[in-house]
Amino acid sequence: MTTLNPEMSATINSTSHEHHHMPPRGMMRWLKTTNHKDIGTLYLWFSFIMFLIGGCMAMLIRVELFEPGKVILDPNLFNQMTTVHGLIMVFGAVMPAFTGLANWLIPLMIGAPDMALPRMNNWSFWILPFAFSILLSTLFMPGGGPNFGWTFYAPLSTHYSSDSTALFVFSIHIMGISSIMGAMNVIVTIFNLRAPGMKWMNLPLFVWTWLITAFLLIAVMPVLAGVVTMVLTDKFFGTSFFDAAGGGDPVMFQHIFWFFGHPEVYIMILPAFGIISSIIPAFSRKKLFGYSSMVYATVSIAVLSFIVWGHHMFTTGMPLFSELFFMYCTMIIAVPTGVKVFNWVATMWRGSLSFEPPMLFAIAFVILFTIGGFSGLMLAITPADFQYHNTYFVVAHFHYVLVTGAVFAIMAAAYYWLPKWTGHMYSFKLANWHFWCSVISVNVLFFPMHFLGLAGMPRRIPDYALQFANLNKIVSLGGFAFGLSQLLFFALVIKCIRGGESAPAKPWDGAEGLEWTLPSPPPYHSFTTPPEVE
Amino acid sequence: MNAYAKYYVPEQSPWPIIGAVGLFGIAFGAGHFVIELEKGQATHGLYLLLAGIATILFMIVGWFRHVIIESMSGLYSKQMDISFRQGMSWFIFSEVMFFAAFFGALFFVRVFSVPWLGGHDGGVTHQILWPHFKAQWPLIITPKGDKTQAMPWLGVPLINTVILLTSSVTLHFAHVSLEKNKRKTLTVCLGLTILLGLSFLFFQATEYYHAYTEVGLTLKSGVYGNTFFMLTGFHGLHVTLGSIFLIVLFCRVLKGHFTPDKHFAFQAGSWYWHFVDVVWLCLFVFVYVL
Ligand SMILES: [Cu+2]
Repeated sequence: MTTLNPEMSATINSTSHEHHHMPPRGMMRWLKTTNHKDIGTLYLWFSFIMFLIGGCMAMLIRVELFEPGKVILDPNLFNQMTTVHGLIMVFGAVMPAFTGLANWLIPLMIGAPDMALPRMNNWSFWILPFAFSILLSTLFMPGGGPNFGWTFYAPLSTHYSSDSTALFVFSIHIMGISSIMGAMNVIVTIFNLRAPGMKWMNLPLFVWTWLITAFLLIAVMPVLAGVVTMVLTDKFFGTSFFDAAGGGDPVMFQHIFWFFGHPEVYIMILPAFGIISSIIPAFSRKKLFGYSSMVYATVSIAVLSFIVWGHHMFTTGMPLFSELFFMYCTMIIAVPTGVKVFNWVATMWRGSLSFEPPMLFAIAFVILFTIGGFSGLMLAITPADFQYHNTYFVVAHFHYVLVTGAVFAIMAAAYYWLPKWTGHMYSFKLANWHFWCSVISVNVLFFPMHFLGLAGMPRRIPDYALQFANLNKIVSLGGFAFGLSQLLFFALVIKCIRGGESAPAKPWDGAEGLEWTLPSPPPYHSFTTPPEVE
Repeated sequence: MNAYAKYYVPEQSPWPIIGAVGLFGIAFGAGHFVIELEKGQATHGLYLLLAGIATILFMIVGWFRHVIIESMSGLYSKQMDISFRQGMSWFIFSEVMFFAAFFGALFFVRVFSVPWLGGHDGGVTHQILWPHFKAQWPLIITPKGDKTQAMPWLGVPLINTVILLTSSVTLHFAHVSLEKNKRKTLTVCLGLTILLGLSFLFFQATEYYHAYTEVGLTLKSGVYGNTFFMLTGFHGLHVTLGSIFLIVLFCRVLKGHFTPDKHFAFQAGSWYWHFVDVVWLCLFVFVYVL
């Protein structure tokens, strides 16, 4: 090896000697951090802030829909609210929350010192606040922000959109870069940093599901980047990918978008499956029923997710063969999903159950996610979908899957690991209030939407016919209650961080996994020497 | 003990946040610059874009310099090396999927939308919209009547194919020489690869010039021109990045940074170059020949 010049060795000395085990103080700690826990915390807070911002938009939407006719939003602003609400909740709230959990938990669960590529980890996070500032800035531009729905279908996004589409496209690009780097980090960490003796079929399910999720992310986020690029060039540079006059096809947009979009919905639910598979055994005081079938089910869901995108496009006039192909493939997904639900229920069967807050959210997840799964099956039936398509039934379906599915799982995870993260127990009383308020209001919010949709109320329209007025009023009231209930969660987390009864290393007697072998909160550097696993 | 005990967790680093600021400049600046191009009214988009690019370049230099210093001082274990290699391969996989989106568009247009517009599916779209439109590929007359010409595969594209294939071979020889510690062959082969890469770019530039000035094939010439320029353009961008990558490697080879058993950066550059080469082969077949 060549000899180092003096300047180089000076840098090395300064880096290798200040190997402190306490976090540095101040703002710089967060800006320059390479620590998986710090980055996990940043992701989780970012996600919560985005959840509140996207939530405020949802509140505005529900105010507008409280009564027929114009209430507060003019139609263009209403469209911007539905669009940005969707984008923020998908890319700003749910995905970063899962990445935050991955950052906090995967190294602890597999006995690693940190994530495999810690600096890139920091970069993945810090792109996000910038990306979302760009997205939010478009709302204040002349002509307004994106108003074409979070799915930005052409020609709405190419012909009829405002100038701000350019900024929308570039903000999606950098969000994608962030997700891809985050996913690469997760995969490499799991492949390369497992503690000695930790076999693949001993991995905690949260790790397994995140591994598959990360693979999906790397496979489909670039496709999203490709399709937004085509939207950009169609709108600003005279291409006609989605314009039949130049030989393109607006339906092609939907094919490419949903090739990304369907795996994307599994990106938002597979880590939730992992969380629920950790929590239910802990509070049933039993081993998870059918561990290996859980792993295989996750893998098959991921594989199938690449060949079902057409179920979003049944009414576009696809050839009959494609309609049937996508219908059958979609229905096959119900099998591995059913295996999972069965396994969760079988885990609880004859367990010695207790109902601490994480378990409450996990049980609510199992029941309500299954409702979302069933309405998904209804939507998968091609002829039936011609009736349901683009109605509130679809809105009800994916909110059951994403709110009472993904978001409830994130809440469950927060209640399960919060003592580990903060070193304090939280108030069960407040948590129970949060749970019951949420679970009741969320059903008042979303359940009537099924009926509205079946009766034919179209989505993404700021006004509606008179016969929908009563149910919409109920839905809006449920929405306000659900929104307010989340403030209880905010208060609880702040209280838990600031103090409270100190948490033991393992606050839940039935919990299993390496993360509970470390004190609460864990030391700044997780496993400096790897634990031995049998 | 085992390799795990020595996994190097870097201290705090300023580079990622600088990179995030740079990407912000690029995204925000490019967005406003695109609007400016369309509207013709000046904004600060271009300056912000250039500042963003400069920040990213500064970050890349600083970050890589730091990593090279760490690597040279032996902080990286075998396991770190594996992390880097796996990271690079997943990065290349993500690039594959990016190109897949554009190839997907090409196939969809060729197999479905153009034949449908020409009435090959027996539907009424053809009669209602453009009854005189004839489905053909390359699409030299679009439904709305824009005319262009096809780019032949004989000539520059064929030469470029030979150039790029040769460059993959020379790079492979460079890698083999590095592993056998034959410094001289290594330098020569790597230098040759770079020259081939640059000549590829030169020929592609002449082809673009030819397309715009004589053939009348532009980015706006319907889906044929769209897919042609987007695919070859993004590929050309990757060749450019790859060439810069190789030039940096060349400098590091001259400085003696790589050893026969420790040369992750060289490996990564070589993987990247081979990937770009494979993309070109697909391009040559599906964009030019077929
Ligand atoms: Cu789907």
